[in-house]
Amino acid sequence: MATNAADAATNDSGVAGIAGAAPARAARAGTSVSLRNLTRVFGKTRALDGMSLEIAPGELVALLGPSGCGKTTALRIVAGFETADHGEVLIEGKDVSPVPAAKRDMGMVFQSYSLFPNMNALDNVGFGLRMRRASGTRRRQRAGELLEMVGLSAQAKQFPHQLSGGQQQRVALARALAIEPRVLLLDEPLSALDAKVRLQLREQIRNLQQRLGTTTLFVTHDQEEALSMADRVGVMKNGKLEQIAAPSELYAKPATAFVAEFVGTMNRLPGDLNGGGTVTVLGTAVPVQDGAPESGPVDVLVRPEGLTLAPAPNGNGIVSNRTFLGASTRVTVLISGDTEIQVDVASTAAAAMVPGTAVQVALPPTPVLVAPRNT
Amino acid sequence: MAPISALAVGRRKHGAGGGESAGRRRTSFPVWRWVILLIAGVYFLLPLYAALRFAGIHAFGTVFVQPGFWPALWLSARLAIITTAITLALMVPTAVYVHLRLPGLRRLLEGITILPIVIPPVVLIVGVLQVSPGALKASPWLLGLEYVILGMPFAYRAIDAGLRSLDLKTLTEASSSLGAGWLTTLWRVLLPNLRTALLSATVLIVALVFGEFTMASLDLFVTFPVWIVLFDQLNANMSVAASIFALVVVWLLLMLIVVVGTRQARRTGGGQVNLFTAARTDTKGN
Repeated sequence: MATNAADAATNDSGVAGIAGAAPARAARAGTSVSLRNLTRVFGKTRALDGMSLEIAPGELVALLGPSGCGKTTALRIVAGFETADHGEVLIEGKDVSPVPAAKRDMGMVFQSYSLFPNMNALDNVGFGLRMRRASGTRRRQRAGELLEMVGLSAQAKQFPHQLSGGQQQRVALARALAIEPRVLLLDEPLSALDAKVRLQLREQIRNLQQRLGTTTLFVTHDQEEALSMADRVGVMKNGKLEQIAAPSELYAKPATAFVAEFVGTMNRLPGDLNGGGTVTVLGTAVPVQDGAPESGPVDVLVRPEGLTLAPAPNGNGIVSNRTFLGASTRVTVLISGDTEIQVDVASTAAAAMVPGTAVQVALPPTPVLVAPRNT
Repeated sequence: MAPISALAVGRRKHGAGGGESAGRRRTSFPVWRWVILLIAGVYFLLPLYAALRFAGIHAFGTVFVQPGFWPALWLSARLAIITTAITLALMVPTAVYVHLRLPGLRRLLEGITILPIVIPPVVLIVGVLQVSPGALKASPWLLGLEYVILGMPFAYRAIDAGLRSLDLKTLTEASSSLGAGWLTTLWRVLLPNLRTALLSATVLIVALVFGEFTMASLDLFVTFPVWIVLFDQLNANMSVAASIFALVVVWLLLMLIVVVGTRQARRTGGGQVNLFTAARTDTKGN
């Protein structure tokens, strides 16, 4: 979990390096960020409850969680817009708590459109450089380069109201990167955009971040966004990190039931613990992941692709619905009368499973995660 | 005489959609609207016409050379400048601060700023004269300070409307994350986007100063309105001509704010320019 974050970070930098970003990353050393035991209380709500996180230089970490889980508060504390009641934020090992936001050298892209309406795109991008007393020529040149980088050279002279939402966020990204920030902070920058633009911008942000090697903290409630962009994803709940891991690990080996159900689709199958580390589900005994109680009724958590399905006249389920997804088809099956589960089946095999077909649902004997039975 | 009455109170407009309703209005402008327009027009224009008739055209040629005209006008102009400067210097940072940091106090501030309308100027001035130091009583600064209080309801509302039309929190945070301090943010980011609101506040204050009589006369200053009343006893024609002149000056100022505001709106995508608003149309989608 949060404590072994540093180890995981080193591994993941290696993984990202394979993706082709290593040379660019080596060219400019990123900055390490470390959040230690952050606590922030608003009235009766504990927005952050002893949260710790280590971000390796050049890494992109996404904080994912439902609204009110504290992810934005954490980001705002790093930015300097909020102060923590307890705990500290270290940038390259130095506590920045007494440093005001204006002096932290952090580029931020906001959820709402934040371009200055009275300035054109070029002046918006050049604003941070102006604050750093760069000469007019240098400023325009650098701002021009950054606009080119986000593909908006032609819009340099346009004012924010003349730009689309996606373009505005790209200018905002260029503006944040223009100051060569030590850390890039992204506060749900894509959530106001439509799906297609969001997808394009997602790739663009990730490419730029890898090219520049800027350490990035990205807050989102969209799991797809987090999983596709981040080196590591931290799932938050009630002001704490539930788990932080590489996207593939988070999906394949969720540490808790909350993470399992928050990331991706998860089925709950009623089962009974046998003691000795097995659980009986769908009539077969399968091993249980560590940390489960000894006995009693539980729900077994299985992904749609973790189950197998075959037509069988005396099977344990009945097909109630099918959704064609291309290569695979998601089949909804009613088991033991009242439990609906979803199973991913190759579309060729799913052709025979029209609603009403009796099927046999089975579970391969790999270790499964269990959670207290939902009532 | 009081040019303040010439100021229309605009309602805040949101977003687009105006085009459609304008189209509908154009196609079916009912007769009763014309009737109301006509009645309102007669109500406002008839006294003006009567005043013009009464003053006579020749009065406008000689009003400027009447004794005391220029000193009174100059005093009022100075007062307008003093009042505007103090009001904006006090009100803008206060309103910004309350909007950003103490939004819970916004209603209270609104209530406080409306007090000068509730309390009659006579009451205010008697109190002020009781407590103000002698040196201040002899200087127009005292009157300027009183006008700051008197203009507060108008100035605050204009600035408040301007601030509401901006995403203040995000803009200031964006600016500060880029390295700008408080003053720089105010100067380079907020004030340029509040230009129409500040112009509205300025025009309202100028109109107030050019129309206020009670305080000035009780303070024994011969401001432009006081001069008009005093001169009325010598030459009624001239004094009516002077008050029409004052009306025209304020009207020209109003035109100026609309022209400047519209130009800014066209450049930066702002909304309809209105005296009490600096509303900006919502940014278009993706």
